[in-house]
Amino acid sequence: MSASTQTAPVLDPVAVAGAARGTLLRLATAGSVDDGKSTLVGRLLHDTKSVLSDQLAAVERVSRDRGLTAADLALLTDGLRAEREQGITIDVAYRYFATAHRSFVLADCPGHVQYTRNTVTGSSTADVVVLLVDARKGVLEQTRRHLAVTALLRVPHVVVAVNKIDLVDFSQEVYDRVESEVQAVARELGVVDAIAIPVSALDGDNVAERSPRTPWYGGPSLLELLEALPPSDDPANESFRLPVQLVIRPQGAARDEAHRDYRGYAGQVASGVVRVGDEVVALPSGRRTTVAGIDLGDRELQEAFAPQSVTLRLTDEIDISRGDVIAAAADAPEPTQDIKAVVCWLGDAPLRPAQRLLLKHGSRTVQTAVRSLDGALDLDDLHTVPSEALSLNDIGLVTLRLAAPVPVENYSTSRRGGSFLLIDAHDGRTVAAGMVGATLPTAADAPTQPEGDEEWEI
Amino acid sequence: MTTTSPVFTTAAPTFTASPVGDPDDRRLTHLDALEAEAILVIREMAGELERPALLFSGGKDSVVMLHLATKAFWPAPIPFPVLHVDTGHNFPEVLAYRDETVERLGLRLVVASVQDYIDDGRLRERADGTRNPLQTLPLLDAINDHRFDGVFGGGRRDEEKARAKERIVSLRDEFGQWDPKNQRPELWNLFNPRHRPGEHVRVFPISNWTEVDIWRYIDREDIPLAPLYYAHEREVFQRDGMWLAVGPVSRPRDDEPTSTRLVRYRTVGDMSCTGAVESPARTNAEIVVEVAASTLTERGATRADDRISEAAMEDRKKEGYF
Repeated sequence: MSASTQTAPVLDPVAVAGAARGTLLRLATAGSVDDGKSTLVGRLLHDTKSVLSDQLAAVERVSRDRGLTAADLALLTDGLRAEREQGITIDVAYRYFATAHRSFVLADCPGHVQYTRNTVTGSSTADVVVLLVDARKGVLEQTRRHLAVTALLRVPHVVVAVNKIDLVDFSQEVYDRVESEVQAVARELGVVDAIAIPVSALDGDNVAERSPRTPWYGGPSLLELLEALPPSDDPANESFRLPVQLVIRPQGAARDEAHRDYRGYAGQVASGVVRVGDEVVALPSGRRTTVAGIDLGDRELQEAFAPQSVTLRLTDEIDISRGDVIAAAADAPEPTQDIKAVVCWLGDAPLRPAQRLLLKHGSRTVQTAVRSLDGALDLDDLHTVPSEALSLNDIGLVTLRLAAPVPVENYSTSRRGGSFLLIDAHDGRTVAAGMVGATLPTAADAPTQPEGDEEWEI
Repeated sequence: MTTTSPVFTTAAPTFTASPVGDPDDRRLTHLDALEAEAILVIREMAGELERPALLFSGGKDSVVMLHLATKAFWPAPIPFPVLHVDTGHNFPEVLAYRDETVERLGLRLVVASVQDYIDDGRLRERADGTRNPLQTLPLLDAINDHRFDGVFGGGRRDEEKARAKERIVSLRDEFGQWDPKNQRPELWNLFNPRHRPGEHVRVFPISNWTEVDIWRYIDREDIPLAPLYYAHEREVFQRDGMWLAVGPVSRPRDDEPTSTRLVRYRTVGDMSCTGAVESPARTNAEIVVEVAASTLTERGATRADDRISEAAMEDRKKEGYF
């Protein structure tokens, strides 16, 4: 590598401009141990030319030091010293790649260490989860768990990459069997939109380009699919909500004399669309007013939509402070002090009934007490069982009493309006991810399929 | 013969990726989505923390951070001071730019000086002369002295492998240490900076931006930068495959011939170990194209200190570095 090798730009400027206009898609990967997940991520980065020569050189050097004959693309994502020393992935890593149409934020979630915590974290912001399944093994217990978590978190899209298709001689029969198996489990767990693709992460078949070695497969490559997926719900179909983060009142500190009397309510539109003139209500007070103006920095907008960060000016001077929610007057949520929710427990010490915690919803944090623990999800056969306590990585159903009314919504209607954190007031740690109104499967006898079994019939 | 999966054929969207352009299509471009996320984080931390500060070096990432903070609080001023850890090895153009910007935006600047620590013996110059690793102690002392409970930084996850593992809101213990194996889960868009007394948080609102995103944003928002980011003639010499500027802290050895070349900087930092790249790019738009086509990462191309070991950045971060 030499400074003099810096060459003149060769990239197509149209492609560069295209990427600037493109949308953002957030994806998370999930999979079991040794299913080739890091290899797939490495392949996506490599095939979108997101791996630069100095990074590749470093990977090749380390691969050689370990006695490998080819570059181990998994090393691109395993960034921590302990990960390289132990050859495992410890924590969620974030990676970035782009095509001419879209930019991608990829949360690479490790499969075996604290998989619930990592999959919940990765899924919470994801537009799509890419779940790896080994074509030779089919649906494993952990595949079912990952599908259960993505269903619970209501990730809009699930792509099942049936990997190592090269190791089953690109067999359509094997793929069809695994695909039906995956779809049956997905339906059973309530995953609405699961799309399967046969891939070889190692060789790149159907990753960026459609492979001639799977002529029986008529669908898109993984990358083509990721480029085409709708990124999120259309804000036009949602109700407007904006949790107020700050009240902006510059007074004497205004950088311009004209803004001395400015009063605006700053926050991110959590859902829906708001226009100048719309009637809105402040929650929990219930006071109504109309939107007088919308600002994004010094630019005035006629409308704002999720997830823009804006500042609203209102017609009437009503009492609104940080933590309140400004909502469409027509269908505002009713603030409540009693909620039932599913929580994924992420704390080292267990959750017990009667425990006191902090709850953060939007920009509001209130005290809460755990009224009751109403059951826990048995992750082995995916049904609900009675429980006395929730331990790290457990998923359970709780009833909470809040110290003040909060305008929560059902998680099934709004991922943002229905999600909350539980926080340990003593040390500030985040101990749970919560989803208001979510339910757990109750079927006591969820069928379990023998793994990779020839007896399995379609 | 094609596969007959009913679910795939019914669920499959049409495979013509459509760029944003329809006025009724309420989808943010990726730059707008990144901007909205960064402003959300900056405002939330301003609401949650008692005494935050924003790290400002005059470098492009911290300039973008300041621009985002200006938007987040407009028309009110940025409600916290900016903090610069001055290595004493700064490019003079960058210091001048820092001071102009502080003046223009009416900011309060706190400077922690590595040189002061060397002068009074609290720190010793390293054998290789680079001062980037020496910034940790003055940074942690400034955080303690000013009782900052949160520090905004312009770190990006695409810069380096250890950074790729770090949260947007990242806890530091009372010694300023990062524990990569015990990080808080970061869920939805809910950010939690609560901590015990003595601890603090580092906040990286532009974690999800890449180098080319930064340049597209600088171009789109027309943000003024220090001139050395753009192509200019400079007397340089080659060392470790990088072009170093001839200056008081970066002197060529006898076997290192100097020459005047058309160069620009992709990163600005300690002059003794920050390299320039040969480039004719004089405008933001030209830099966007150049960066998008580059085959080297910005740190790989320009930072000698990050080449020390596989885990150089991770080790520095564990000790309390940015």
